[in-house]
Amino acid sequence: MQKPIYLPVVAGLALCATSTLAETPVLQVLTYDSFVSDWGPGPAIENAFEAECACDLEFVGSSDGAALLARIQLEGPRTEFDVVLGLDTNLTAAARETGLFAPHGVTADLDLPIAWDDADFLPFDWGYFAFVGNADAEAAVSLRNLAVSDLKIVIQDPRSSTPGLGLLMWVKEAHPDDAAAIWEALADNIVTVTPGWSEAYGMFLDGEADAVLSYTTSPAYHLIAEEDASKVAWPFEEGHYMQVEVAGKLASTDQSELADQFMAFIVSEGFQSVIPTTNWMYPAVTPEAGLPDGFETLVTPAVSLLKSPEDAAAIRAEALEEWRNALSQ
Amino acid sequence: MAQRAITISPRWPGVLAGALVLVLTLGTLAAVALRAELTTGLGTADWAAIRFTVVQAFLSALISVVLAIPVARALARRRFWGRQAFITLLGAPFLLPVIVAVVGLIAVFGRNGILNSTMIWAGIEPISIYGFHGVILAHVFFNLPLAVRFILQGWLAIPSERFRLAASLNAPIGRVLEIPMLRAVVPSTFLVIFLICLTSFAVALTLGRGPKSTTVELAIYQALRFDFDLGRAAMLACIQFGLCAVAAVIAWRVTGVDAMGAGFDRTVTRWDKRRPFWDYLAIALAALFLLIPLAMVVLRGLPGLLIMPSSVWLAAVRSVLVAIGSATLCCTMAIALGLLGGRAVAVVGVLPLAASGLVVGTGAFLIVYPFVSPSDVALVITMLVNATLALPFVLRAIGPAIVAVHDDFGRLAVSVGLTRWRWLWVVVLPRIRRPLGFGAGLSAALSMGDLGVIALFAGKAEETLPLAMHRLMGAYRMDAAAGAAVLLLGVSLLIFWICDHWGRGDVDL
Amino acid sequence: MLICEDLELRYDDFSLRADVRFAAGAITALIGPSGAGKSTLLAAIAGFLPPASGRVSWAGMDITAQSPADRPVSMLFQDNNLFPHLTIAQNVGLGLRPGLRLSSSQMSQVDAVLESVGLAGMGTRKPAALSGGQQSRAALARVLLADRPLVLLDEPFAALGPNLKGEMLDLVKQRLADQGRTVMMVTHDPDDAKRIADAVAVVADGVVSDPAPTAALFDNPPSALAAYLGR
Repeated sequence: MQKPIYLPVVAGLALCATSTLAETPVLQVLTYDSFVSDWGPGPAIENAFEAECACDLEFVGSSDGAALLARIQLEGPRTEFDVVLGLDTNLTAAARETGLFAPHGVTADLDLPIAWDDADFLPFDWGYFAFVGNADAEAAVSLRNLAVSDLKIVIQDPRSSTPGLGLLMWVKEAHPDDAAAIWEALADNIVTVTPGWSEAYGMFLDGEADAVLSYTTSPAYHLIAEEDASKVAWPFEEGHYMQVEVAGKLASTDQSELADQFMAFIVSEGFQSVIPTTNWMYPAVTPEAGLPDGFETLVTPAVSLLKSPEDAAAIRAEALEEWRNALSQ
Repeated sequence: MAQRAITISPRWPGVLAGALVLVLTLGTLAAVALRAELTTGLGTADWAAIRFTVVQAFLSALISVVLAIPVARALARRRFWGRQAFITLLGAPFLLPVIVAVVGLIAVFGRNGILNSTMIWAGIEPISIYGFHGVILAHVFFNLPLAVRFILQGWLAIPSERFRLAASLNAPIGRVLEIPMLRAVVPSTFLVIFLICLTSFAVALTLGRGPKSTTVELAIYQALRFDFDLGRAAMLACIQFGLCAVAAVIAWRVTGVDAMGAGFDRTVTRWDKRRPFWDYLAIALAALFLLIPLAMVVLRGLPGLLIMPSSVWLAAVRSVLVAIGSATLCCTMAIALGLLGGRAVAVVGVLPLAASGLVVGTGAFLIVYPFVSPSDVALVITMLVNATLALPFVLRAIGPAIVAVHDDFGRLAVSVGLTRWRWLWVVVLPRIRRPLGFGAGLSAALSMGDLGVIALFAGKAEETLPLAMHRLMGAYRMDAAAGAAVLLLGVSLLIFWICDHWGRGDVDL
Repeated sequence: MLICEDLELRYDDFSLRADVRFAAGAITALIGPSGAGKSTLLAAIAGFLPPASGRVSWAGMDITAQSPADRPVSMLFQDNNLFPHLTIAQNVGLGLRPGLRLSSSQMSQVDAVLESVGLAGMGTRKPAALSGGQQSRAALARVLLADRPLVLLDEPFAALGPNLKGEMLDLVKQRLADQGRTVMMVTHDPDDAKRIADAVAVVADGVVSDPAPTAALFDNPPSALAAYLGR
């Protein structure tokens, strides 16, 4: 936040405006790393919100989604943060259980492929997990088909990454009774399991595998930012598991009204229009101008799979055990 | 003749440094454990993780040390153009962030790497880097350079007078000089590498093909991040300390006594230089194994340097400042502990190796949180934690040198009436300049590449270079991230080289 | 007068008793078989080895409890008498002041003493660039400059050839004893003692004998000395 170049000018102005500056309320939002980076949604959203709130919006980036919850749990009710942005439905059950979150109170017309009814957590974007491969190459058509094929994939570890956990849920939701068998059949397709998304995606781009576990929206990045149409997501017959990213207001906030204002802002144009080409996900509310050019080329799954937060939390240990046993042989 | 140990060095700085290390290792663990609720015992998966962790760490350390001996011997005996630059470059794999080094390894050994492309071209069945052997390969890649450096220092520490004596008596140099030196140096080198591999996480997972290659550190990560089970994390961290303690005791048991005595700082001249072929073969193989992956990292990243956002350069400056602070702190602590000496210091000196970076970070968070906002102290905490985590390496480098200064010049210093601080300034620091330069470079470069702690604490304003690189990767900017990796590699090596070069001064290494 | 009063030195299973007086301003040689405790006695006088019992006093003052640096003692060891990383001038300067920064008058003192031991113009060299004899001279120069009344020599010249050693011993006599310093030197060579020592004390069988005039002693050696001399 320091801009030393402008300091002399700003210092002069600040002297005159000290009284008003001191009263400028600060809203602290905890989010994941890539959200606040220069090429993420953070900077544009900060500008848009500060234009209408007469406040100072401060994003603090901390690692990934799972780390956000861990940090809030470490800090407990004494936390200075007002809003947490970037949890997903695999984490919301645990988040709710902490009792640290308050109802968001926002009613909005969400453009999600599923019904959303959660009083505590408000979606800000969403996407489908998918295997992303090269356009001109052989593709699998389903999880089962992938498992019996010779195609090589890189996936992420469900114990340390969000997409990894998503795939675990995907397999379990698409094949509730066969999950273990699917994993056993997948074992010889898996080149390796990485700790996080970045390593896996980098390995795929370096040609280490035919496909990588990512999102249906990943090809949009290559298409729009790099004008490269060579990456496609493989549509799977079982349908695709969803990731819904949510924000939650912390009950301990000392800026309750401002936090409410920000929660409402999340589903407004100023926030949502930034999401597609910065976070490379679908916005929770489609912007007035529609989705950016290129998004229409993306795979739209016929079936959207998603477990309720409670189900996801309840089944996680069992699904992990299945995964571990199947891949440990 | 036996003399009473002379205590001319001030004691309180060592005690203070020791206390700081204890707080950051055991203290942070206690902070985590105190916040924990009762937890369940170890499951079968945990035992499998412990078994895997120990086996891979043992093999990685063993292979690294065994391979390092001929390379170090060759480097000690031969002089050739570019030798110094080569020794500096050798350090690079150890200094790199894991994620960067893994990219380089995959570029060489991966499915689409140089090696397999060549083998397919030659009609040979390609090999896979992924699996248990891949984990070992990567750990050897990381730690072989460290082993070479430590063992090479052992070789160079044999005074030239001893070689002259051995040569004049026509005594077998191997038996009278080299094997005793190795007995003194190898066990502790093995221990250090074993402990580094014990707390490995990303390497083991990325190259290990999945849950079979689960280490204890990954289990801690899972407990902290996904399950928020602090008790489990604390328990697993205790197990790591337990394994460390067992390994340390064994290593000390087999360590020989290093009784080389003082020399007169003459350049080591050797009279046993026959059969250069094997020496140069060892050097060439090590160079191929260690430098090609690095070259791949550089080749891939160079175009990315141009498209990096300017914030990356700012992050680089910030990282350099943190590295300087961290190295200063680390060397001060190491000197203080080295002057204090004794077995307690040896224990304190290896503790950080056994500490889980995640637990240290989390514990530090819990300790500072009641007093300040963690984001405000992110850089200071990073400096402190990095200094502590690098301490074992620096202490390992300068500890024996300080002991030697004490033994050789302690009585002389007392007899000419040097005071404590003058003794430090006039005698100790100049005498340990070479290992001190190495240690400072090492700790600075290690700090440059560290991501562990800062990720937990940082907000936007405290972005360091590795963090910026990670953020680029997380935003699909793999090319820019590769550029940042090259910058990171370049800056780390430069800092290391400057310090190491200063340490060598006008004395030939 | 240096007095060892009921002094008892012990480490491991070695012990040495000394109840002797050494004359001030004289050179006393300590002679005796290897391992008898000659160096141990010097270490105790210098303060490196605390005695099991007894007292050491110098000029009527008990110095038993003093630290090595506080004693009126300069000592030369068997080896490591110079810091290899410091120049000869810096090494010698340590005799004046336990630091490296010297005033210009101190510098000229260093130059003068270097000249007096035959090392003129060598101040800027490092010890490794000097011959063994020159290194001994440099160490002696530091002792000269330190200006402490009691000088202990623990065979610092043992590694030199007979000719050089003789020169060094003469230098000790000229530069130290003739200026009134009290010198105690360990030696295993009777010729060293005969060359410069005023008195000789025999260290053997766990006891330090009273010093006796050199010539008289060698003419009529007591049994311990006779055994050592092989007569």
